[in-house]
Amino acid sequence: MTTNYFRPVLAVMLRYFYLLRGTPARWMPVFAWVAIDIVLWGFITRYLNSVTSSGLNFVPMLLGAVLLFDFFTRVMHGVAGVFLEDVWSRNFLNLFASPLTIPQYLLGLVVTSTVTSLIGLMVMLVLATTVFGLSFFAYGLTLGPFLLILFLFGVSLGICTSALVLRLGPSAEWLAWPVPAVVSPFAGVFYPISILPHWMQFIGKLLPVSYVFEGLRKIIAGGTVPAASLILGGGLAVMYVLLACWFFKRVFRHAVRTGILARYSAESLS
Amino acid sequence: MHNVLSIRDLRKAYGDKIAVDRISFEVSRGEIVGLLGPNGAGKTTTINMILGVLQPDSGSIHVEGMELATCRAQALERTNFAAVYAPLPGNLTVQQNLCVFGLLYGVKGLSERINALIRQFDLEKFRNVRCGVLSSGEQTRVALAKAMLNQPHLLLLDEPTASLDPVAAREIRARIREFAVSGDGGVLWTTHNMVEVQVVCDRVLFLSHGRIMLEGNPKTLPDEHGQPTLEELFIAVAREPLTLERT
Repeated sequence: MTTNYFRPVLAVMLRYFYLLRGTPARWMPVFAWVAIDIVLWGFITRYLNSVTSSGLNFVPMLLGAVLLFDFFTRVMHGVAGVFLEDVWSRNFLNLFASPLTIPQYLLGLVVTSTVTSLIGLMVMLVLATTVFGLSFFAYGLTLGPFLLILFLFGVSLGICTSALVLRLGPSAEWLAWPVPAVVSPFAGVFYPISILPHWMQFIGKLLPVSYVFEGLRKIIAGGTVPAASLILGGGLAVMYVLLACWFFKRVFRHAVRTGILARYSAESLS
Repeated sequence: MHNVLSIRDLRKAYGDKIAVDRISFEVSRGEIVGLLGPNGAGKTTTINMILGVLQPDSGSIHVEGMELATCRAQALERTNFAAVYAPLPGNLTVQQNLCVFGLLYGVKGLSERINALIRQFDLEKFRNVRCGVLSSGEQTRVALAKAMLNQPHLLLLDEPTASLDPVAAREIRARIREFAVSGDGGVLWTTHNMVEVQVVCDRVLFLSHGRIMLEGNPKTLPDEHGQPTLEELFIAVAREPLTLERT
């Protein structure tokens, strides 16, 4: 790959950073909502620590889970949000009539989301550690694989949701926002998935993020995360990224074949 | 390579409705070809297929000898377009839009190129203004500046002067004429303004019901078909396409 390959990727990124620079409201999803979540759950965990006599420290368990889940949410919304900017500005014709390829476009969405998600993660880390005493050293070196799995699954859902919006039209935008909330009951963010009904456990085991939260609880309980569990979670996440890219490309080809792309803003979709 | 665009047997149907019916034509270097026809004739469908945002059912599109279906990015690097229905993102400034699209098209010496186009299209005072707040005529000039960014060898213009006042339209026509005459590029131009067609186009193609009905020099074509003006010929083609079908 040459520098020329990355120029269109840079264009996709640059457009979003121009928007961020020009509109302060666009910074809200980058760090404001996640910061509010950390403050809210920080106080909830502090309260729970004060009223329960179990000796359990809720800060690394609940607040840590919230932080990691918010990172996943931020990545997913980051990818879909950059895509939706093109929907809102009716930019598909200009964009896809250029030499931009689908891998370059998706890479642009992912890299942009990576930057904004890392900003959000930094804000959450600073708040959680300085205000509520959450120590990430408690999770040890497994924090790296945890973040990677969450990142990859967030990317896959972001791309998948973008493909659905492309297929179903601009009015399907609402699909992009509640996806993490739909995932959370199955992923066992706050509880072990073993307490779920069997059919929910089955779905939970297919979600890479459930291995992260199960692992998180094991570490807090003083145990270690089996490498096989991390490998399984990571493998699933990589598989979902590849499937999401394939799905987006397939939807794009369908949109080019049927005329959906050319007439996208008209919403006269089949 | 003499032709910048070569189209063979291009066909597109939406269900039972045939939008473009096995059309073939070329655009040569330095030539401005007018694509004329009533609403729904298949002009925009044809342009969308040349831009790679709509897949033909059959036929081929070659840009400077490169087949669009197999060398999409390379063909589109040499192509650009401006259309009234594809405004640039209104939430970016003129400078920002040109910068983003310059990167997308891999333009070398981008800053200098943007400055030159801003001067050429008289956009200096709008450089840092968001495109969404510009008048439709100003937005057209920005869209044309974007269309010229990569010094395209094939320029597609879908009613580029539709929202311009007569003075601005004349200036734009002169610039596009200049582009075709002095550069390496060919232009495919759709418009409903028959006076404009006679001033600008070297050759016209009359499209109706997805088929090319007539082809020729816009200055001599009306006489050849017993019509007093190009506009009368246009109306005749739109009303009775079968009697005038190209052989």
